[in-house]
Amino acid sequence: MIDLFQTYWQSFLWSDGQQWSGVAVTLMLLIVSTLGGFALSIPLALGRVSSSRALSAVIWLYTYTFRTTPLYVQLLIIYSGLYSLEFIQNTAVLNNFFRDAYCCTLLAFVLNECAYMTEILVGSIRASSRGEVEAGKAFGLSSTVLNLKVILPSALRRALPAYSNEVIFMLHGTTLAFTATVPDILKVARDVNAETYATFTTYGLASLLYLLISFGIIAAFHRSEKRWLKHLRPRKAEAVSTTVPLIKKGSYV
Amino acid sequence: MNALIVENIHKSYGNHKVLHGVSLSAQRGEVISIIGSSGSGKSTFLRCINFLEQPDSGRVSLDSLTVDIPEGQSGRPDRQALKGLRTRLAMVFQHFNLWAHMTVLENVSMVPVHALKVSKEEARTRAIAYLQKVGLDARFHNSYPAHLSGGQQQRVAIARALAVEPEVMLFDEPTSALDPELVGEVLKIMQELAQEGRTMIVVTHEMGFARHASSQVVFLHGGKIEEQGKPEELFDNPQSERLRQFLAMDLK
Repeated sequence: MIDLFQTYWQSFLWSDGQQWSGVAVTLMLLIVSTLGGFALSIPLALGRVSSSRALSAVIWLYTYTFRTTPLYVQLLIIYSGLYSLEFIQNTAVLNNFFRDAYCCTLLAFVLNECAYMTEILVGSIRASSRGEVEAGKAFGLSSTVLNLKVILPSALRRALPAYSNEVIFMLHGTTLAFTATVPDILKVARDVNAETYATFTTYGLASLLYLLISFGIIAAFHRSEKRWLKHLRPRKAEAVSTTVPLIKKGSYV
Repeated sequence: MNALIVENIHKSYGNHKVLHGVSLSAQRGEVISIIGSSGSGKSTFLRCINFLEQPDSGRVSLDSLTVDIPEGQSGRPDRQALKGLRTRLAMVFQHFNLWAHMTVLENVSMVPVHALKVSKEEARTRAIAYLQKVGLDARFHNSYPAHLSGGQQQRVAIARALAVEPEVMLFDEPTSALDPELVGEVLKIMQELAQEGRTMIVVTHEMGFARHASSQVVFLHGGKIEEQGKPEELFDNPQSERLRQFLAMDLK
């Protein structure tokens, strides 16, 4: 494995000599799809819980479609299927967009990730404390302030553990990128395998890289949970000492 | 001069009528206790004052500001007027309803900063002062609500209500969710507020508070005002059979 890595490490990590490849591409796919999906999921989740039934239904249809079909099929439709349509080939902007493997892959990943993240956030918003929302209303907070300062901050915090799972699933999802010719870790591994026939070692190396990235994600979420979920953790001994001692030592009668 | 006038509040849930036209007016500095058995509609009535429950019909006026829902129209109240009313009232809830992800200081300065457009520094100074007033010093400023006792949480909630410098404070059974030994600390603060001349409307089961701290007591029964008057009149000389029964129950 070490020999193999010494020969192909550059391809596995960031470049195959002509373009970005390996870990760099996988990380880029992961970051763009999770951040893009996350950013879009916030307005969509608010729309989904809004009082407008039509808006909620449209968003539900989107999340339902993307969560019930395989990511691979979605990628095929966006990468190959849409491009076969005439009006896309005849529209310059669309033609350029859908001819590009990265654009198609990222579009598929962002849409897929966003569908899951929207539903996670919706569930979390629905679990908001009625009393906290009521307090906001009673004090005359506008619905914008109520959403931005009360509902979303607490819902996003509650959703954090679910997000950490979701990001790892997305990491696994990025392995489909090779089917659209995007040179991610798996694509490099396949190419190396074709050259060396060292199947166990090449895929073993790829697994190791995915494992390390997952560790990184888990560690990052662990840190953010520590920071953002402080208010849910039981008080530590040092914090207890800040309360007023009701009875001083030796004051028992 | 009347600070708050509540007129003819009707409220029903489906076919079940909860409030049959309840009215109330509070003069500046008055402390009104609303008592009654559970199911009498006293909490619903209080929540209709700031439209947390939307009455079927009724009118609430604070000086020249009026929010009303005319009879026979099930419309929503005017949004601007309602926001104006809500920023001038402040509510203390039975279950505190503090914002769990915010520290004590953030909880108390939140409304001044985000609804009253007070500057952050000013809101912070105000928050510290009102927390001091309810007996929570700097050690608690960065604590989260879940790390405080019920009594402390309710005191934070009172500080949050004070920080908006409201014209009328609404208390919805503020001690009912507290352990018996914590009731005292909250009642003591409420008594101080009453003595300061704040206008308060208090739904309570604490007959001691109703009798000694309030200027007017309202006894609700079956969604109607059965009896109202000065505390000594009501407690020492109840006119209606129902109030007599209610007070007798309380003595047991």
